[in-house]
Amino acid sequence: MSEKVTPARRTYTPPAPPVSPFPFPSGSSADRSVLSVTGLSLETVSEILKQATLLENEDPLKRAKRLAKRKIALLFYESSTRTRTSFELAAKGLGADTTLVSSLSSSIEKGETLKDTGLTLKALGAEAIILRHPNSGAPWLLERETQLPVLNGGDGMHEHPSQALLDLRTMLAHLRPGLEKVAADTLAGVTVTIVGDILHSRVARSNMLLLPKLGARVVLCGPSQLLPEIAAQTGPGIEIERDFDKALKQSQVVMMLRIQAERLAGVQLDLEEYKVKYQLTSERLAVHASEALVMHPGPIIRGLELTSEVADGPQSLILEQVRHGVAIRMALVARALEVPALQVGKAGRA
Amino acid sequence: MSEIVIRGGHLIDPAAGVDGLKDVVLRDGRVVEIAASGKAKAAKGAQIIDAKGLTVAPGLVDIHVHLREPGQGYKETIATGTAAAAAGGFTSVAAMPNTVPTNDSPEITRWMQAPERGASVRVFPIGAATRALKGEVLNDYAALKAAGVVAVTDDGHPILKDNIMREVLINATRNGLSVIQHAEDTRLTGGCSMNAGPMAFRLGLRGMPPEAEYGLVERDIRLVTELAKDAKLAHAHLHVAHTSTAQAVAAVRQARRNGLRVTCEVAPHHFLMTEEHVGEYNTHAKMNPPLRSAADRDAMIQGILDGVVDAIATDHAPHAAHEKDVEFERAPNGITGLESALGLSLRWLHHEWKMPLGRVLSLLSAQPAALLGLKGRGTLTVGSYADVMIFDPKQEWVFRAKDSKSKSKNTPFDGWTMQGKVHWTISEGRVVYQSQPASSKS
Repeated sequence: MSEKVTPARRTYTPPAPPVSPFPFPSGSSADRSVLSVTGLSLETVSEILKQATLLENEDPLKRAKRLAKRKIALLFYESSTRTRTSFELAAKGLGADTTLVSSLSSSIEKGETLKDTGLTLKALGAEAIILRHPNSGAPWLLERETQLPVLNGGDGMHEHPSQALLDLRTMLAHLRPGLEKVAADTLAGVTVTIVGDILHSRVARSNMLLLPKLGARVVLCGPSQLLPEIAAQTGPGIEIERDFDKALKQSQVVMMLRIQAERLAGVQLDLEEYKVKYQLTSERLAVHASEALVMHPGPIIRGLELTSEVADGPQSLILEQVRHGVAIRMALVARALEVPALQVGKAGRA
Repeated sequence: MSEIVIRGGHLIDPAAGVDGLKDVVLRDGRVVEIAASGKAKAAKGAQIIDAKGLTVAPGLVDIHVHLREPGQGYKETIATGTAAAAAGGFTSVAAMPNTVPTNDSPEITRWMQAPERGASVRVFPIGAATRALKGEVLNDYAALKAAGVVAVTDDGHPILKDNIMREVLINATRNGLSVIQHAEDTRLTGGCSMNAGPMAFRLGLRGMPPEAEYGLVERDIRLVTELAKDAKLAHAHLHVAHTSTAQAVAAVRQARRNGLRVTCEVAPHHFLMTEEHVGEYNTHAKMNPPLRSAADRDAMIQGILDGVVDAIATDHAPHAAHEKDVEFERAPNGITGLESALGLSLRWLHHEWKMPLGRVLSLLSAQPAALLGLKGRGTLTVGSYADVMIFDPKQEWVFRAKDSKSKSKNTPFDGWTMQGKVHWTISEGRVVYQSQPASSKS
């Protein structure tokens, strides 16, 4: 049939196709935004960690003048306790005026688009927006449309960069106390195991992309429904170990994740079987990882991914993580609004 | 009586095996003479087009476009979509039936072809295979064909039920119509917005597995294989739309070896782009089927070069800016393509990868025309329709979305360097596009 109209054929060796003739905008943005950990250099991470410490230690009355009368909007399309409150406390701690817009009780309910909501907030004077959104990638849209610095407070199943930074700060406080500057080998020899619902977790993605930059080895652990094999290809330094006990044995840090029932979308999971295989219990911890730091981004579901004894136990850093969150977010908010960096000695170690 | 004489151009008509300096005489919408260069006589009052230094070829044929009318004139109209086609060198476009309402009646088919639509080029409606694209009740193919439909499809709403697809193939074959399948097992792609793989995982997007495409292609080929045992149905024609996975091309290749009438098309974005171009959630890199892996992209190029791919088709899918300017997962699928297909195909397939010009043109004209049985299209032999593209195959230019004739500007190719610039497009003897000489070197 179509053979008839085709001129005589020869065999061609196809040369390499175009690598990328695409003039894509490189880099995400304004340097003041934090949309993903992938764009953060080690220098930037060091600076954020340093500013977090300086701001945390500063006299609260002095600190509250840094962003006095500056306006920051928190735009939350999903529920949140820790992220929202700590961003809010961070911004207020620096003296900024904050306003919270959540998807309920706002025009979002009436069908207003993210673009228009963002432009409205900008018109109201917002100088930066902290966004939590159920769609992966939404912060890029908001930044592109508003041209404002955007801090990603969690986008869909994609990333939660401020959480990874506060997790890093928590780890460093225990594993590398007093460290001033991070480098490519800061966490060399440290294995961090992330356990559970990796597939739906933005915390897992941000951590698995950030920690290997500092030399950590990230081991992912969970059943195949929640941890596809391709997860190991997300970046360098990532491995999969499906046997929880084997993973624990190698770990200096164990990060437990909640099963995200709201995102399961048809995934069949036997919770009893899951608990047998992946629940972190004090027995398991004692046998396989008696020294490991236990972390969890929250919210925790006691009796599911971990037991109450572990959550409240001596190895648990769960509430400490929350405290580090405020410091990290002060640094991110200050950076977003271009507050002059604090220098050691000047701002003073209180 | 109207006459156009195209003088001094280099005529390439792959279907006729012509490749040389020729004059072409068009009269009353038909090709009436192909003469040696400088030898054609012009009647009094004939329009003379000086094509010296340019290439003259059959007008291009795009068998996969969405013109959005009736019903979604804010995205595109038949007038604007065919104006874009003319600017891209196309003189025939086959319009998909996912309009509002769906094109499943002779009335809509005729409405789309009515002169009031203001089409610049010939529109060949494709009818809905099943009522309202629901994949359940077959439309009246005899009536659709009588009204002008050239094929049937449920494009965008693949026919999943084996028994329905079998019925569609049987009824279409009895009525001399091709069946076009958008191969996507939608049971595997719910909530997905890009290709499945490490990239989708990293971006936190649900991915469409390649098997959703090739699984359905293989199923369809099995059905054609069974039907072909019946001599009356041996010529059943299955056409796989916008092939994007290596396995789907392999399945088509094998079906052809087995003597089946199975064809496929590839869109420029699938032989040029990969899932990497989703980048930072670029909604202009979102289409269905999605941009795939580099290995899949290479398989599309290989399939084009070695001949298993029968046509380049754009899947021109205009969407308004406000529809694309949203969260990636919420954005509609599709990009425009009519004005970039030639420049991209020539730049990459011909200039970079050294595919002969005649073969690239054939994939964009003679082969798609033959595939849908569009008589007198895709060739410039005497008696054919006077559908002509006059272009400079070497001329480089930069494609600007804002200059597009399409009502929508949703293209990932904005700012790309193209090679091969259309200077004139003639549809059935009417000049429907002429480039502005001043802007030809933009």
